[in-house]
Amino acid sequence: MSAAGPPQGANRAPSGGSAAASAASVGAVQSPAVGTIRAAAGGAWLLALPVAAFIIVFLAWPVATVLYAAFADGQGGFTTGHIGAFLSISLMREAFVNSLVVALGSVAFATLIAVPLAYLTVRFDFRGAALVQTLGVLPLVMPPFVGAVALQLLFGRNGSINLLLGEAFGIRIPFMDGLNGVIFVEGLHYFPFILLNLVAALGNIDSAMEEAAQNLGSHGFRLFRRVVFPLAAPGFVAGAALVFVKVFDDLGTPLVLNVTNMLAPQAYLRITSVGLEDPIGYVIALVMIVFSIGALALSARLTRGRDYATLTRGGTSMRKRPLAGGSAVLAYGWVLLVLALVLSPHLGLLLLSLAKVWSYSVLPEGFTLQHFALVLTDSRQMIGNTLLYCTLAAGIDIVLGTAIAYLVLRTRLPGRQWLDWGASAALAIPGIVLAIGFLRAFRGIELPFVGGALTATWVAIMLAYAVRRLPYAVRSCVAALQQVHVSLEEAAQSLGANRRRVARRIVIPLMMGGILAGFVTSFTTAAVELSATILLVTRESQAPLSYGIYLYNQSIATRGPAAALGVIAIVIVALGMYVSQRLLSARDGDARIAEDAR
Amino acid sequence: MTTEVLATTGAGIEIEGVNLAYGANVALRDISLSIAPGEFFALLGPSGSGKSTLLRLLAGFNRANAGRVRIAGADVAALPPWQRDVGMVFQNYALWPHLTVGENVAFGLEERRWARERIRARVRDVLDLVSLNGYDDRRPGQLSGGQQQRVAIARTLAIEPRVLLLDEPLSNLDAKLRASTGLELKRLQRRLGITTVFVTHDQQEAMTIADRLAVLDQGVIQQVGTPRELYDAPVNRFVAEFVGSINMYAGTVRAGATGTSTVEVDGLGCVALPDERVVGMATGSAVAVAFRPHAVRLAGPGPVAGLAFDAEVGTTEFLGEFVRHDLLVGALRVVADLPHARFAEAQAPGARVRFVVAPGEILVLADPPR
Repeated sequence: MSAAGPPQGANRAPSGGSAAASAASVGAVQSPAVGTIRAAAGGAWLLALPVAAFIIVFLAWPVATVLYAAFADGQGGFTTGHIGAFLSISLMREAFVNSLVVALGSVAFATLIAVPLAYLTVRFDFRGAALVQTLGVLPLVMPPFVGAVALQLLFGRNGSINLLLGEAFGIRIPFMDGLNGVIFVEGLHYFPFILLNLVAALGNIDSAMEEAAQNLGSHGFRLFRRVVFPLAAPGFVAGAALVFVKVFDDLGTPLVLNVTNMLAPQAYLRITSVGLEDPIGYVIALVMIVFSIGALALSARLTRGRDYATLTRGGTSMRKRPLAGGSAVLAYGWVLLVLALVLSPHLGLLLLSLAKVWSYSVLPEGFTLQHFALVLTDSRQMIGNTLLYCTLAAGIDIVLGTAIAYLVLRTRLPGRQWLDWGASAALAIPGIVLAIGFLRAFRGIELPFVGGALTATWVAIMLAYAVRRLPYAVRSCVAALQQVHVSLEEAAQSLGANRRRVARRIVIPLMMGGILAGFVTSFTTAAVELSATILLVTRESQAPLSYGIYLYNQSIATRGPAAALGVIAIVIVALGMYVSQRLLSARDGDARIAEDAR
Repeated sequence: MTTEVLATTGAGIEIEGVNLAYGANVALRDISLSIAPGEFFALLGPSGSGKSTLLRLLAGFNRANAGRVRIAGADVAALPPWQRDVGMVFQNYALWPHLTVGENVAFGLEERRWARERIRARVRDVLDLVSLNGYDDRRPGQLSGGQQQRVAIARTLAIEPRVLLLDEPLSNLDAKLRASTGLELKRLQRRLGITTVFVTHDQQEAMTIADRLAVLDQGVIQQVGTPRELYDAPVNRFVAEFVGSINMYAGTVRAGATGTSTVEVDGLGCVALPDERVVGMATGSAVAVAFRPHAVRLAGPGPVAGLAFDAEVGTTEFLGEFVRHDLLVGALRVVADLPHARFAEAQAPGARVRFVVAPGEILVLADPPR
């Protein structure tokens, strides 16, 4: 499951309240002497202040400046005129509608893929279930924009599939035309968010729930529609909201596919062509924030008080039936079809990275390693930049994440949940909006030693990564600390260790697996970040890998090297996920010990 | 009352030679059982005895490898659960959290495509029946455990099942509620006349509620009978030990005077019993000899009939209506429940006292203790 780090961490964020609630109960269980509370409170403040400062300076303030600019009339007054101006531009209205259509279309496409797969794995006992698990992870190792060009070569107007279809039946399916292309690419990449959430929710349904319905006369699809799916619906909603937000905010995919009449690319184009003073760019950012927060809030609202995990102690989840005959053929057919679709961007990317020439043909004509050679000589700096930025950003994230986890779960600092909520709020802020906020909030701020404005250096890129990936690290660290039972710390305290030494010798070591997993998750997802990167890169020497992939994709001549860079990025991310998987299974071992200690 | 509306009928159940195995794991072995219409029948056994498997077989969730199950005379083997009209109340109640109480109860009726008005009336009636009128719009999570169980029963009764199946109906309730709920269940069952089968591992529960019961162990029915029959005349060691508490010892059948046999109880002594009590047990064969703790009496002076023995009083436990004595006879222990009279002292620990068990209270079982 660890490979699902980002989506899982992400989907828990909207319900930060429950984490806080459990934190409160943990706090209630623990009842240290009054003196310790006072002594600890001082330390807690010392820890909380820098964390709060980071969130305020690098998240709240930049976002606030964006919101301010959307409503400022330039003379220090308030105006809704910019919103009126935004609405009066037909391109903006079109972009808004397109963004909505694409986001909803992607949710629908992702649902179409995910629901049958989820049902198959939970309902039937067949080997394909293991394949489906793999399916859930595969798309996550590569952001959609990386595979977009490869998908165009496979499914585009003159792509492999349409060439074959044209030859055989004289037809052409517009998979990749205009908005279709964005929906196709996004849905194919993000359906795992729905799949994983749905499988988890279905797995938590007690078999008696279903049997009771059968006993009362229900069966087949009606049973699924009336009982099984509604019970799993909260999981579905959480996954669907995430897909919506991810797609609505995505900048790279439309840009690479050259679809500019959507909100994110319009924001990018306004800021880069008209300039930082253009109010329309801020209104677009405002709309994007409102819809992101709106979707997450709606999903939180729809799922609130609906913890339908009915599996009781000693109960069994829904019974699996063996698959046989025709239905087995159908199930395998579906799984293999989806597998082929999901793997197509990866395969296409690999082919493209090795292709001499590939256009107007089903497969490349001739293979070569020269793209890799070129990339490894030309773009070594990009790879180095990615490693540098992501290491620093992930490092900041786990330090903050550990601090937040400790403050939330182990202290009674007033307002401590706000740190968790504040950090998690980064999920709802589109990358491009954060980047615009950085540019506006920090312009003119000079950095000592490095030289030049903060926004002109790589430090801004690195900080944006740290802010954007902080929620993942926080979730990972909170989960890790939750598994360390308070009694383990109390035992150390009763043996004479003070709070600081308990933290160093007991808590941190026990949390280490989770902390490292958080590091890897933050690192790998930052390594393929594009939507903030693209605005914050001011010189080619600062460019990380993701920017390089985007840049090379701008011209048909350099699509080969772009694909080679993409393959390298996938290898880095896949390695990261493998490592995080190992770390998490190690953590599970520790957790068992902690569990036994109860 | 609403019972006129609810047209429940008792259907008889016939189980013949049912075998059920999961791979090499035999869950039910050659089960034959006949449950009369309107009977309140209990399946009693320890966990893993197959009692729940048998219940689920009736509901259609399990399939027999061999044998026949008939409900109201018709073979139900081919019927899936949703066509059986056999109502089951699950151990954890299985109320759907996404539906209100009213919607939960209406579910089965909607599946039967009833008209909306008719459904509304029936939901009201069955909620009335379990004293939950006015709870329609609550969510299951807002109800107490006892209320949840009543909703689950109402949901099942709403479809007028031919048979009512209850899986450990009292196990999720606290001790206080358990006794009253058991009585309530019995009253409801009597009123509706619905054939009811319930599964429990608690012998006291089974004895107090059921008309008849079947004791299961390792997938085999050990004995079927009324609570009294099972208590007074268990057919084997398992039933004797599972139903009520009992003292059990190894013994040997010896020849006795005409018409009687002497049974020698190892370490306790000998007792003369009429021949019909040791039918099928040859002279010299090893047997089990058992008696209930309350069958042990203080022996007066002089000769007594029955199994008499001298014992040293070990510990005593005051339980109110009786005092439980832990007696030591050599290496053997005997539990004796002696009635308590007001202000009477219990036997002093360490005292040597003579006890007796009347011949009529002594059980001889063909399978000797291991």
